[in-house]
Amino acid sequence: MELQKRNPIVNWIIKSKALGILFFVIIGALAVFKLGQSLIDNPSLFLQQVINGLQLGFVYALIALGYTMVYGIVRLINFAHGDVFMVGAFSSYYAIARFNLHLWVVALFPGVPVFAGQIIGTFTVIIFSMLICALLSFTIERIAYKPLRNAPRISALITAIGISFFLEYFSALKFVFSSNYITYKRPFDVKTWFVGPGGFGMIETGIAPPKGSIIFSNIFIIIVITSILLLFLLQYIVRRTKIGKAMRTVAYDKPTARLMGINVDAVISITFAIGAALAGAAGVLYSIAFSQVFFFMGITPGLKAFVAAVLGGIGSIPGAFIGALIMGQAETMAAAYISTPMRDAIAFSILIIVLLVRPKGIMGEITSEKV
Amino acid sequence: MKKKVILSLVILVAIAISACGPKAAKEIKIANLSPLSGPVPTFGTSTTNGFNLAVEEWNAKGGVLGAKIVPVVEDSQCTADPAVNAANKVIDQDGVKFIVGEVCSSASIPISLIAEEKKVVQISPTSTNPNVTLNVDGSTKEFVFRACFIDPFQGLVMAKFATDKGYKTAFVMADQGNDYVRGLAEEFEKHFLSFGGTIVGKENYTGTDTDFSAILTKVADSGAEVLWLPDYYNVVNLVGAQAKEKGVTAVMMGGDGWDSADLDLAAADGGFYSNHYSPTDTRQIVVDWVARYQAKYDSVPDALATLGYDATNLMLAAIEKAGTDDSTAVAKAMAELSFEAVSGKVTFDAQHNPIKSAVVLGVSGGAVTAVASVAP
Repeated sequence: MELQKRNPIVNWIIKSKALGILFFVIIGALAVFKLGQSLIDNPSLFLQQVINGLQLGFVYALIALGYTMVYGIVRLINFAHGDVFMVGAFSSYYAIARFNLHLWVVALFPGVPVFAGQIIGTFTVIIFSMLICALLSFTIERIAYKPLRNAPRISALITAIGISFFLEYFSALKFVFSSNYITYKRPFDVKTWFVGPGGFGMIETGIAPPKGSIIFSNIFIIIVITSILLLFLLQYIVRRTKIGKAMRTVAYDKPTARLMGINVDAVISITFAIGAALAGAAGVLYSIAFSQVFFFMGITPGLKAFVAAVLGGIGSIPGAFIGALIMGQAETMAAAYISTPMRDAIAFSILIIVLLVRPKGIMGEITSEKV
Repeated sequence: MKKKVILSLVILVAIAISACGPKAAKEIKIANLSPLSGPVPTFGTSTTNGFNLAVEEWNAKGGVLGAKIVPVVEDSQCTADPAVNAANKVIDQDGVKFIVGEVCSSASIPISLIAEEKKVVQISPTSTNPNVTLNVDGSTKEFVFRACFIDPFQGLVMAKFATDKGYKTAFVMADQGNDYVRGLAEEFEKHFLSFGGTIVGKENYTGTDTDFSAILTKVADSGAEVLWLPDYYNVVNLVGAQAKEKGVTAVMMGGDGWDSADLDLAAADGGFYSNHYSPTDTRQIVVDWVARYQAKYDSVPDALATLGYDATNLMLAAIEKAGTDDSTAVAKAMAELSFEAVSGKVTFDAQHNPIKSAVVLGVSGGAVTAVASVAP
């Protein structure tokens, strides 16, 4: 059989990847067209969906930061990260439901106004979960990852998957967290406000807000503020402190860092702990937003935050944040304007597209800042 | 060795002879196959309690057709193999012609095959799988009935309830991967439309979703009066908590998937769901039943005990109506029966599923109470 000679035009199309690029351009154009149309059709509904997406995106951001930091330093995709997030959610659940941790500070200083008391209580719970998760991740790192420091990278990756399964199924045991869906008790009362042409005000239960207004709740505010605070705190630690400098050095060149007298193992442990603390905070915020905890809750958010980290450029802190916000929007818009079951398909298509078109992600230039 | 063999043979023969003892002339045997061990023993215990109470009451009134009713209870473990063994045992050894059971569809279906083959009348108190009463080719099994309504039936009941409350618009949410939820969603939609209502929106989700904000924003925007959410309590908890925060004012409604001690009463507040039975029902027949059950077992009867009691009553009423203990005649009488049971007035449709009313329960102020009994 004789090989048929290819038409030069076909040859050019295959070589230049023109088809692939064209495909993505068409998809992008369709998405923009559809979203623009929705914005014009019903602007308040559209803006409301943007707010929903932001709420989700900020939670993903906190998880994605942990992925990106750990990857930046030890080149390990820590698959147990999503399950640390789950442990954070559960520890806050027990702290609130069993020990009323959110009321302790107020009990110590009576006379604090209710509003301030609730904010302080919420932050106490978040900090508690962050500490628990940091401790957990520190232990995991010492037991499971440190002995594999010089092993091939795939060994550490498989160990991470093992740790992930261990955390999930150990939590599912009856005497640990149990395999039930548990209703989460929020550390504050939910309040919802509307803003729009109908004015601004608080929504009473059972009464519809005026048509065309946008609704947001104190859950949204707490999530956004906590996430932004933690992002700035992280940026400060990485850029301005000694340990941050050590992290950047270790990320850049491990052997040389060791020669310069940096305790590389300690730096790696601290990086794991910081990443896990952020996941713990995310766990609390996620449970506050969706008011349910169960032992598998970490899997999907963990994977999506991972996609966000890849999208933003794994290893880059601002990249992970931007990637997570895009993921939140993409998911919510897919759920709102295509169909809800499509949301996961869209989320993971983003991973494939990024890997095909721009594997280093949005902010993933080679910089000295990788942490 | 030889001695042992002979000895065991003798014992076997003795057992065989004793099992075929002379039959008393004036008694009718009725069997109850329930999962008294296995995965759901509490279901079995409740059902058997209901069964025993019904038999006791009929015997106190003088039995059925003048004959004393003899109950035969066997453990069928909610599993196919033990259920088949138990069914064969009661039919072949005890000579039973009437079976109340099983609780689980997975055990009721194998039993129903034996019942058809050996012409034994079977009524399952709680198995909801359509194949319990249907053959593979879709025809109805002559000797097999059930005392509970099948799942999608609740879609009809709640569509009627919503219409009766004056609601005109509904938004339907369904887990596309769950047959129970999909069945209820389709059935509700069909009947709500036929009652003159409008479906203003329809959204699917998947069982792993936790973020319902995008859908709920649409629900709020659509201005629907009813949010039909026929899922299990864990999804109801999630959706309910988020709905309040997204400004959704629609009344949430669902089916018996809501019925759980873990239902978040704050999240589901203001909602309604249907069920087979509720001990808080204020109809006289229910009040009496709860009192009688409490007097005997010192606990409030659950849905399983009630349906076990109803199924037994239906069986005995059918025997009485037939006027004979011939199983073919009893099956025919059962199909044409109209009976006032605790869980509602029962007649059977062509597929041997009961047409009866469902109880609608309302969640309000941290309590669940029966608010209506809706007949189809």
